[in-house]
Amino acid sequence: MTATTPIRVLIGKVGLDGHDRGVKLVARALRDAGMEVIYTGLHQSPEQVVNTAIQEDVQAIGLSVLSGAHNYLFPRVLELLKEKGAEDIVVFGGGIVPDDDLPRLKSAGVRMLFRPGSAMTDVVDFLKGLRS
Amino acid sequence: MADRKERFTSLSGLPVAPLYAPEDLKEWNPDTELGVAGSFPYTRGIHPGMYRSRLWTMRQFAGFGTAEDTNARFKYLLEHGQTGVSVAFDMPTLMGLDADNPLARGEVGRCGVAVSSLSDMERLFDGIPLDQITTSMTINGPAAILFAMYLAMAERRGIPAERLGGTLQNDILKEYIAQKEWLFPPEPHLRVMVDTMAYCAAHLPKWHPISISGYHIREAGSNAVQELAFTLYDGLTYVDTAVKMGLAVDDFAPRLSFFFNVHNDFFEEIAKFRAARRLWAREMERRFHPQDPRSLQLRCHAQTAGCSLTAQQPMNNVVRTTLQALAAVLGGTQSLHTNSMDETLALPTEEAVKLALRTQQIIAEESEVTNTVDPLGGSYYVEALTNRLEDGARAYIEKLDRMGGMVKAIEQGYPQREILESSLCYQREVERNERGIVGINRHVEQDEASISILKIGEEVEKSQVDRLSSLRYRRDSFMVAGSLEALQEAAAGDENLMPYLIAAVKADATLGEITASLKEVFGTYREPVVL
Repeated sequence: MTATTPIRVLIGKVGLDGHDRGVKLVARALRDAGMEVIYTGLHQSPEQVVNTAIQEDVQAIGLSVLSGAHNYLFPRVLELLKEKGAEDIVVFGGGIVPDDDLPRLKSAGVRMLFRPGSAMTDVVDFLKGLRS
Repeated sequence: MADRKERFTSLSGLPVAPLYAPEDLKEWNPDTELGVAGSFPYTRGIHPGMYRSRLWTMRQFAGFGTAEDTNARFKYLLEHGQTGVSVAFDMPTLMGLDADNPLARGEVGRCGVAVSSLSDMERLFDGIPLDQITTSMTINGPAAILFAMYLAMAERRGIPAERLGGTLQNDILKEYIAQKEWLFPPEPHLRVMVDTMAYCAAHLPKWHPISISGYHIREAGSNAVQELAFTLYDGLTYVDTAVKMGLAVDDFAPRLSFFFNVHNDFFEEIAKFRAARRLWAREMERRFHPQDPRSLQLRCHAQTAGCSLTAQQPMNNVVRTTLQALAAVLGGTQSLHTNSMDETLALPTEEAVKLALRTQQIIAEESEVTNTVDPLGGSYYVEALTNRLEDGARAYIEKLDRMGGMVKAIEQGYPQREILESSLCYQREVERNERGIVGINRHVEQDEASISILKIGEEVEKSQVDRLSSLRYRRDSFMVAGSLEALQEAAAGDENLMPYLIAAVKADATLGEITASLKEVFGTYREPVVL
């Protein structure tokens, strides 16, 4: 990534969960910060997310899960990225994730999880930090 | 002394004056705007005696893991003085999918209980006397199917339908607006909904076939005015649809119920409940001219605002919930759910739920706020706010009329866009520190101690999948196929679907199979993306 080209990031809802208030706020904040945001909309399977990410040539995937299915969905996305040789794409997320689940998601390769109370600026700073 | 802030606004952004006085109510006539409780326009309450006659129903929404897990939680809550049960279903069930559908992977039993068949429903209510409690089921897209399971279960236990009391959420328009759990396009969904209303009108006099919900609209980010406007307009749309399909307004309108959020702005929320009753009575009167006064009465359930809770310093959530619950009571709700302090982290533990229930019991039994009806009626501020909320909501209602109704507005993304703008506005206020939240932008603590939370085992999904495969093995597959074929034929025509759904669940057709059969007839829906 060079400092002049905008960051390209996929933002979406994976799984069956329809809570899209937070994900839309994040998508808007990243766009307002000058990033190229590909918003997938609702009810995406891990396969759809990974295929879109590769086709759209994004540098990062940000996924929102508030339904408690994070322990399956995040590792599954990372596994598919690896299968397709796209493990350079950074995966981060947000939602209702208890403390006890953080280590396993981190070891599966989730770079960052933004939990309730996070500021939009935290997400923007995190993505900008990927350049350095 | 100078004001602490440049601008004082309500949580919904309405400017608030330093003092309210008789001048603020110059045009206001208490005879027409208030009346007495139990009479038009019901501003002060739908019953003359309100909580002097009967307290609100304390109803905690619960569901997780397997049917047995949730059954135990229901019994726990009933033993601790709860007066009705309320079922939270998991995501696959809410989306009309069986637990063994590939799209359900990782979601089974996570944010509610998994119910894929009549036998799951029977385990869920094992040992619970269906004719002595009331049951609320938070289900929308597949509401008619889960309702059919409940009715089939009661029939097998020999309980006549007319003795069943409860509520089906069954509010599909707010799914397209806010919660995003639909199965079909709006038109067939509205038809199935009217089928449930007609069925209840004929067979279940004590059942509320729809709970018209603002809760999710508010959680999705709307302000109080939008919550009020979109919810009431959804309700008016249902009444209009049912009347056009041939139902008489007084045959079903007395059984409609509403469901509102209770957020942080104490007085604004109280005013919202009062404005809701007045506006509903006026709009129903003006549009449908019912003869039965109960058709004009807005009865409601309320739930404290999940989106107001913080993961930081979670014990503070008990205090937030207490204030919100008090606002709902002063607003005159008929039933109430209080959120637990740990719900920004996971589904609540038994201890946390008990504390939330005790919060209501303390308001009901110790605070003495129940002694008189509408205690804030006549307050200059509360009456001025009630007027403002009614006027604001009416402006939206007129706009929706001009747009050609709610379905057209949803297809254009209108309510979704309004909600998104309000949610952006709120988020900016919080991030600029203009709106204070203790633990987030005020009084922040580093290194907080964590609290213990509920864990749902991985084995839940496997046991649910195994149960389904054994059900599929032991049932009569010819009966299943026959019942689904009959259902599809009825769906293609205009017969009431309820008897066909009841026959299908009795034949052990699963939720996912019934949904798939109906999708073949009704089609599916993709929402316009609003960003």
